Amino acid sequence: MEIQVIGGAANKIAVAMVPFKAAPGQPVPALTQIAGDDLDRSGQFRLVDVGGMPQPAESAQINYGAWRSKGADAMVVGQVAALPGGRFEIRFRLLDVLKQTQLAGYSYTISAAQWRATAHQIANIVYERLTGIPGAFGSRIAYVQKQGKSFELRVADADGQNPRTVVRSVEPLISPMFSPDGTRLAYVSFEDKKPIVYVQSLQDGARRKLAAFKGSNSAPAWSPDGRRLAVVLTRDEASQIYLINADGSGLVRLTQGGNIDTEPVFSPDGQTVYFTSDRGGSAQIYRVAASGGEPKRVTFNGSYNVSPAISPDGRHLAYIGREGGRFSVVLHEVASGQTRVLTDTVRDESPSFAPNGQAVLYATVEGGRGILGTVSLDGKTRARLSEPGVDAREPAWGP
Amino acid sequence: MNKIFWPVLLALTLSACGTTGGTQATVEDRTGGKTGAAGAGQAGGSGKAAGTETVALGGAGVAGSSLDGSGSYAGDPRKNPASPLSTRSIFFDYDSFVVKDEYRPVLEAHAGYLLSKRDARVILQGNADERGSREYNLALGQKRAEAVRKALAVLGVGEAQLEAVSFGEEKPRNEASTEEAYAENRRTDVVYADE
Repeated sequence: MEIQVIGGAANKIAVAMVPFKAAPGQPVPALTQIAGDDLDRSGQFRLVDVGGMPQPAESAQINYGAWRSKGADAMVVGQVAALPGGRFEIRFRLLDVLKQTQLAGYSYTISAAQWRATAHQIANIVYERLTGIPGAFGSRIAYVQKQGKSFELRVADADGQNPRTVVRSVEPLISPMFSPDGTRLAYVSFEDKKPIVYVQSLQDGARRKLAAFKGSNSAPAWSPDGRRLAVVLTRDEASQIYLINADGSGLVRLTQGGNIDTEPVFSPDGQTVYFTSDRGGSAQIYRVAASGGEPKRVTFNGSYNVSPAISPDGRHLAYIGREGGRFSVVLHEVASGQTRVLTDTVRDESPSFAPNGQAVLYATVEGGRGILGTVSLDGKTRARLSEPGVDAREPAWGP
Repeated sequence: MNKIFWPVLLALTLSACGTTGGTQATVEDRTGGKTGAAGAGQAGGSGKAAGTETVALGGAGVAGSSLDGSGSYAGDPRKNPASPLSTRSIFFDYDSFVVKDEYRPVLEAHAGYLLSKRDARVILQGNADERGSREYNLALGQKRAEAVRKALAVLGVGEAQLEAVSFGEEKPRNEASTEEAYAENRRTDVVYADE
């Protein structure tokens, strides 16, 4: 993974991730490496170089003065012990170097399959204790990977690792979105020679067609309670937004007119649907009450603003704006309408917020290939998630 | 076919609309696994499996020799290279959804075929170039498919014989990122359900 920090946040917290101690000869998975990458990618932390320093495993062994002179504000120490039956015990502590106090201490008993999840959990604890904001490192992302003529819908950890394929098709797959509880994915498949919306359980892989009406069916978006979805259908005329219950019943048309209305997304309170429309002559973002009514225009700058995502607190929109032929991720404060371009790439697509609202996941193109990246809300920290050689697109951040 | 036929086809349009308005509204919702009435005969009931498209008897199986109409071309008239029926792609200008006048003979020919074969069904597959949002491009492709669907409907083709769908930017004919490729990808393909 490549983490690229541009400029620097004013108040980065310097944390030393001391490699965990283990018995001689015992393999030590890269717990502190994974957790450290998580923290680094957030843009709110600076990792202190631990090379050449003593590596304590318990707080009593720590020479706080030495770590303070290395610039550390906080440090993580720990140890790993092998247990019978292939299990492991992990004990770790988060320490305030200046106050020389423990901020958190936990122990976990895990199986060999849980190393990564445990590392993300450690990062979550460090992040939350030091920023006051819950971490999202244990969350998952979905995306579509294209390899030759094959399309795979994949679910991976939020750092892009541990990918698992949940759908494979020779026809395109687009627009995945996690249900709010993370147990299901809605997506669009072209396997029937036209776009059809499916809902698939991530637990047992069972799936069914949610919307397969005459014409095209696309752009699924879950309501916050997971009970219904907004979808785009063309059964009546141009692409229009409809609401449908998650079991396929209760279809209601939400938008009216002969223009394009697409890319719906619910506000966190479920009361509003943001969407893209060309009703004003160019592609812009609008909002409409989920109960219906007259849409109101949200974006006014430029002639192409599409693919809205809304932050979990409802305060920000992220979308793709085109300026001078460049397609970039734009952050838009809902209350003030103020906007800021977060990226300097030129073919960005498909933004979505982290569950804690602190970063935006998006797709872009590098060297002719699709890659996934994250950017912090101040635009200063960008990380690339995709491995080289992989063509990835259509990311969605889930719980 | 030439321009003399326009009034004839428009007359057919009116009569077709008048007679079929009520009965053909049945082909709507296919969530329940029922296929629309039109076209089901062609499909022959083979493909029930979820996730696979039923493309009835691809090519070879039906390469017989029907001598209908002109008599000079023995074979499926849609495959006659001399016929406008063999033209299956309608190209659009940048940011445009208007079917250009040059395609009038092509659409007249397809309308004529569909009017003569009421069990034939076409899928109009709209496409867009790769620039911008995939979902928005899906909607743009749909507009191009709709433009062709409406043109055929005006020529009298029944609604049940037509379905406008979009592939957006997902199935480019030309995968390059050049203006030429974009122009090639801004199109609607006319695809018969039985081909």
